[in-house]
Amino acid sequence: MKIPVWLRPVLLIAALLAVWQVAINRHPGQLLPGPIGVASGIVDLMQHGLLVKYVVASLFRVTWGFGLAALVAIPLGLMLGWYRRGELAFYPLVQVFRPISPLAWTPIAILWFGVGDLAAIFLIFVGCFFPLLLTAMSAVHNIPAVYINAGRNFGLSSSAFVSRVLYPAVVPQLLIGLRITLGIAWLVVVAAEMIAVSSGLGFLIVDARNAGNRYDLVVAGMVIIGVIGLLLDLTMRSLERVRSFHWSVAED
Amino acid sequence: MASAEAVVTAAGTTRKLRIQHLGKVFERDGESVAALEDINLDVTEGEFICIVGPSGCGKSTLLNVLAGFLPSTSGSVTIDGEAVSGPDPRRIMVFQERGVFPWLTVEGNIGFGLSKLTRAQREERIAHYVQTVRLQGFENTYPSDLSGGMKQRLQVARALAVNPDILYLDEPFGALDSITRVIMRGELLRIWQTERRTILFVTHDIDEAVQMADRVVVLSSRPARIEEVLTIDIPHPRNISSPRYLELRDELLKQIGLAYEI
Repeated sequence: MKIPVWLRPVLLIAALLAVWQVAINRHPGQLLPGPIGVASGIVDLMQHGLLVKYVVASLFRVTWGFGLAALVAIPLGLMLGWYRRGELAFYPLVQVFRPISPLAWTPIAILWFGVGDLAAIFLIFVGCFFPLLLTAMSAVHNIPAVYINAGRNFGLSSSAFVSRVLYPAVVPQLLIGLRITLGIAWLVVVAAEMIAVSSGLGFLIVDARNAGNRYDLVVAGMVIIGVIGLLLDLTMRSLERVRSFHWSVAED
Repeated sequence: MASAEAVVTAAGTTRKLRIQHLGKVFERDGESVAALEDINLDVTEGEFICIVGPSGCGKSTLLNVLAGFLPSTSGSVTIDGEAVSGPDPRRIMVFQERGVFPWLTVEGNIGFGLSKLTRAQREERIAHYVQTVRLQGFENTYPSDLSGGMKQRLQVARALAVNPDILYLDEPFGALDSITRVIMRGELLRIWQTERRTILFVTHDIDEAVQMADRVVVLSSRPARIEEVLTIDIPHPRNISSPRYLELRDELLKQIGLAYEI
């Protein structure tokens, strides 16, 4: 029998869930809740209105942190990439800040912004800023010289050159960078919410454990985080398929 | 000497481009490498010049200096009596590869240099050059879906659309297969004969030069100097097995130092 391509991962997941449930049934204990327990945990969260509330809270923080980082880091990175001298000045600084985990900023974030949304947004901003800056810089370096010369040849003004040559030439690489960085933002928000705020999916996980060892809710939170991460990635991927964005330096 | 010969132009024609004592030295890691040395050449309006020479001799460097992409280190280039100081939409370069913008359709590419025209004028111009390079039916196609030959025709169309007086072509057919290359030569000659632009065409292919050019400029190996300027006095369409064709071709091969018996 031929199984349709889209059905294969569904079947695999169903099989794994079944194995999981059987294993839990054979050895009931405290190690892990079964899939049925997790599902009822998700239903529980929905009934209390917490699921939507926490998902919205997490997405809100990611949107702001990621959006602000993109707004600042991409123009700055494009400029530094274009003006080599600026890059030479900034590069050592970038390389010192980049390996610092965004979570190491947590005490400073709380000191500056208190416990709340702003602290979490700041942590996401820090986590996204450097990857985006480096993506934008290298995207400029990778523009083939021939596009730049062809653009200059037609007598464009500086602003027209930026909008009609520089920007479209870097878009494919920026989109890949944005997709990867959005994944980072989603990782950081969960960690930030475990420490710096009292709502969101990260908070849900910590709270479920602290307030009575509700491991069904802990795993439910993890599952929801995974599903939303997947959806975010799919959204970004669909952007990459937009026709005028969808070309790469490797083509020809 | 060859350089003295080169300045002589046919009587009764307008001089378009004048190159005088042109030199270009690259500085690399504190070392100077001379790429061009004392290049002298006059090009008449509407003339088709091919520039040939051993690979790496500086043919492309010469074209890049003429087009204003690279500054010269000595001598001068003047077009219509005006010194060249940078890229200029009146002179368009056609590159060997990847010259078209992959994020624009065929129409978008041809219209790239036409933003100053009104919409109606622009559309008319685009339609005209789509016809000229025979890309009808591909107006909304992106370059990634075009063949190599079509991409080069598109590049020529984009260049012609801004109505330049000089076209610089830097081995435009060098990356194409040999059959497409022959077809493209015919297309370019047809366009040149109807539009009469001045053309400077860099190639490493002797046959290509003899088939197309009014005059062939032979460069020496690095630093490039003009060794010889050969006038191809065969009317178009050229019979490529005529004795005169073979004679000129052999002369060029000898000039470049290639054996023509294998």
